Amino acid sequence: MDGIILSLITFIPAAGAVLLMLTPRNDKVIRWLALGISLIAFVVSLHLPAHLESSQAAADGFKFSVDAPWIGAIHYHMGADGISMWLVLLTTLLVPLGVMISWNSIHGQVKEFFVLLLLLETAMIGVFLALDMFLFYVFWEATLIPMALLIGMYGHERRIYASVKFFLYTMVASVFMLAAIIYLYAHTGSFDYATIQAAVASGKIGGEALQWLFLGFFVAFAVKVPLFPLHTWLPDAHVEAPTAGSVLLAGVLLKMGTYGLLRFNVGLFPQQAAHNASWINVLAIIGIIYGALVALVQPNLKKLIAYSSVSHLGFVVLGIFTFTQAGTDGAVYQMLNHGISTGALFMLAGMIYERKHTYELEEYGGLATPMPVYATFFLLALLSSVGLPLLNGFVGEFLVLSGAFQYKAIYGVLAASGVVWSAAYLLWMYQRVFYGPIHHNENRSLADIGGRERVSLVPLVVLSLIMGLASPYWMNSIDPAVKTIVGRIQGASPATAAALQNK
Amino acid sequence: MNTPISSSDYIALLPELVLTVFGIAVMMLDAVMGKSSRKSLGLVSLVGTLAAIGAAVYQIQFQGRDAWFGLVRVDSFSIFFHILIPAIAAVCILASTEYLGKQEINSGEYYALILFGTVGMVLMSCAVELVLIFIALEISSISTYILAGYRRRTASSTESAVKYFLLGSFATAFFLYGVALLFGATGSTEIGRIAHQIADKIATHQPMTLVYAATALMLIGLGFKIASAPFHVWTPDVYEGAPAPVVALMSTGPKAAAFAVLLRILFSTFTVETPGWFWLVWVSAALSMTIGNFGALMQSNVKRMLAYSSIAHAGYLLVAFAASNEIGLTAAIFYTAAYATMNVGAFAVVSHFAGKGEQFTTVDDYAGLGKRSPLLAFTLTVFMLSLIGIPVTGGFFAKYYVFNAALHSTAPKMVALTVIGLINSAVASYYYLRLIVVMYMREQTTDRVPEPVSPAMGFALVVAAIATIYLGIAPGPVLDYAGKGAQNILPSTPQASMQSTPGQ
Repeated sequence: MDGIILSLITFIPAAGAVLLMLTPRNDKVIRWLALGISLIAFVVSLHLPAHLESSQAAADGFKFSVDAPWIGAIHYHMGADGISMWLVLLTTLLVPLGVMISWNSIHGQVKEFFVLLLLLETAMIGVFLALDMFLFYVFWEATLIPMALLIGMYGHERRIYASVKFFLYTMVASVFMLAAIIYLYAHTGSFDYATIQAAVASGKIGGEALQWLFLGFFVAFAVKVPLFPLHTWLPDAHVEAPTAGSVLLAGVLLKMGTYGLLRFNVGLFPQQAAHNASWINVLAIIGIIYGALVALVQPNLKKLIAYSSVSHLGFVVLGIFTFTQAGTDGAVYQMLNHGISTGALFMLAGMIYERKHTYELEEYGGLATPMPVYATFFLLALLSSVGLPLLNGFVGEFLVLSGAFQYKAIYGVLAASGVVWSAAYLLWMYQRVFYGPIHHNENRSLADIGGRERVSLVPLVVLSLIMGLASPYWMNSIDPAVKTIVGRIQGASPATAAALQNK
Repeated sequence: MNTPISSSDYIALLPELVLTVFGIAVMMLDAVMGKSSRKSLGLVSLVGTLAAIGAAVYQIQFQGRDAWFGLVRVDSFSIFFHILIPAIAAVCILASTEYLGKQEINSGEYYALILFGTVGMVLMSCAVELVLIFIALEISSISTYILAGYRRRTASSTESAVKYFLLGSFATAFFLYGVALLFGATGSTEIGRIAHQIADKIATHQPMTLVYAATALMLIGLGFKIASAPFHVWTPDVYEGAPAPVVALMSTGPKAAAFAVLLRILFSTFTVETPGWFWLVWVSAALSMTIGNFGALMQSNVKRMLAYSSIAHAGYLLVAFAASNEIGLTAAIFYTAAYATMNVGAFAVVSHFAGKGEQFTTVDDYAGLGKRSPLLAFTLTVFMLSLIGIPVTGGFFAKYYVFNAALHSTAPKMVALTVIGLINSAVASYYYLRLIVVMYMREQTTDRVPEPVSPAMGFALVVAAIATIYLGIAPGPVLDYAGKGAQNILPSTPQASMQSTPGQ
């Protein structure tokens, strides 16, 4: 089972997509099939946390490994550790919810929509599991087309602009990663993650080349995160995307960027990571504060959540580049939290859009009266995003901030202000939407959310509570995986290690 | 020289003979049969191309032989192109059956010309003597000159044919000058002997001026055929005017053949250490990629856009040449195959969609095609993604192997060329993507529904799409064979810089 489980999880959605293609155009059947397939993938993926401890690790430290030659030096090599495993689970959880949220909101070309969604799922899971650089690049690029099509075919008014912008930003940036991957292959003779890691550590590649390689990967990931100032595609893509697209974009695709930074930039080039950390952290902090300030003044609900993502992902990047155990643990945890809370927020935004066909905040107000259940769910998701103690966001942010303080106190202070800002813009938004008098009469008769919508929200809200209360369950598997990466950087860069010791 | 002609000589030219016989048969049948039976002529010529592929497969057991007094050589390299080029012709014939009916072009010699052109192209890939190469080049060119003018009722098609003919003859003249100078410098027209002579000249430090001049002239002649900058200017006009299935053929077949010749001449005769051609190829590669892609950005006509894209792809291919190692050779051979599948497919879609009189060729005409004709839209999407170089398509692996070869190369400034190439392929994604965007994301502006896809055309599209994806998922076998071909054309003593084939 250990040998094939990762392939199963990865390719069940793709096989399902093929099945859907062959299914006649009956929207109802297609919806149920898509839901069934994505749920099967989710259930199968639960095998991972259940057996991570007991599973035998391969030589490179990854579990559930599968390694077969594909084309010459390119291997079909996948494996999971405590970091990638949870990101895979986040993906398999969000996709069925994305199917449910799209139940009635997709009109026309329903079949294509779910086919694209399932293909996207395969590509996203592949990104987190691939341990062969080439395979990683293949999956990375493979996420691009379905997502661009989802935005462009099913989005709102300016969907084509947003889709093309999303595509070009990612495409241009990832070309540099491809160059870096080929260069690494040319100089190490391998695409294997562990082999390249060892080759870089042994000093096989010159210092200046390493800096360029680091930057090649960094650009590709920074666009995806997105790190200030490369974030401008994100608000457009989010605002125009259909709800399920936004959920997966924020929930999973952005994590591919931070995951890449952690796994490849820090994992492969620890010295360069330490060397470049100062300006990267400055960008991350600018992102935190800038994203929050822009979110504060957004009149559009989806744009506000989009900019809040810029701000929250800044925390993740900051956590990674503190190279502390706490900071990186927090960063990984925050990746999961953000997927859950922002995923929920985008789903909630989509629900209200289905009713009123606008995201403009001033069209709402006083919604707590006609839609009490909706308001409750919204509040829970929002508080999780704010980082209220007892909810998941608090754990992640606290760890990141403690890492930042260890690294450099001023970073911690500045980043902490972001927490305040996020409370400000989210609560203010909540107040404008749900409290106060109802200005628009048609809002009085808005229907509260129904059974399907509640079912799709419950898992996320419950999870954010559990992850707030029982974080050690997750940390038990995240912590060792983070330790190997952080350990490498402290070994590679004595200066960083010493600096951290002194704090 | 007085060895009698044996049966193995005929086997060496078997695909050419088969194609010629079928070509003549088509012309004869055309004279005998009524106008109503044109479709059966298409079928006859299709069988001809398939028989030629069969003949090439049969040749595999006779590899490594020189025939016809050392004019022709059968090796993995030649067999690779003997399978590829008739396959291209077969897809073009399938696309033509429907096209000719729609355009009301009633002439059977159309198919004969395709077959004769194919004879020239395959002959180019197995000839190892410069005069024979020149003759083969002419056979293939003259057929395509005529084919380009087949839409007689349209001025643009005639313009296309005349332009192609004038500039093409001019270019072949350059090639012939090059051959003459090389003969003057080395006293031979056989590639093997020329290689020895040049090696001697280098060893004894004799002046190389004449050789350099000859190389430059031949590069100009072949540069025209492969449409590489700065000899690309004819491409957009000719592609725009010529019938779409013919463009499918001439943007891939003669190009593959010209690349085969270029590979043979450059790598068999010149050692890598010989300077002279390297910088010409380097500059031409950089120019072709940049001019091709930036030119394509501005086009609103799909045929013109694909014309510029073919210039750009010639540039990527030249990057593999510039790498001047065995990986680069393999990459170049593989690239011709991958490029042929996706480009033939793209032009097949264009030729179906264009409708009567080729009225619908602008990007905007494709609006909403995703809903109107899912098959056309889906296959065209596959070809576009492959042309961009998205994983799981042949185009991606082709590009990857090219840049892999470039970064493995010991030649100067290859990292710079790689960066130019990668930036270009990012730029290129915009204009290919535009077509996908228009097909799936825009509502159609007219109520035109394209004619249903004929079975022959549907078959051609599906075959091309499957081949494109196959090359993206399992490029191994084709790549291995390309690697064998690469070893065939390298001088027998491998140099230190020649590394093993990629991925081994």
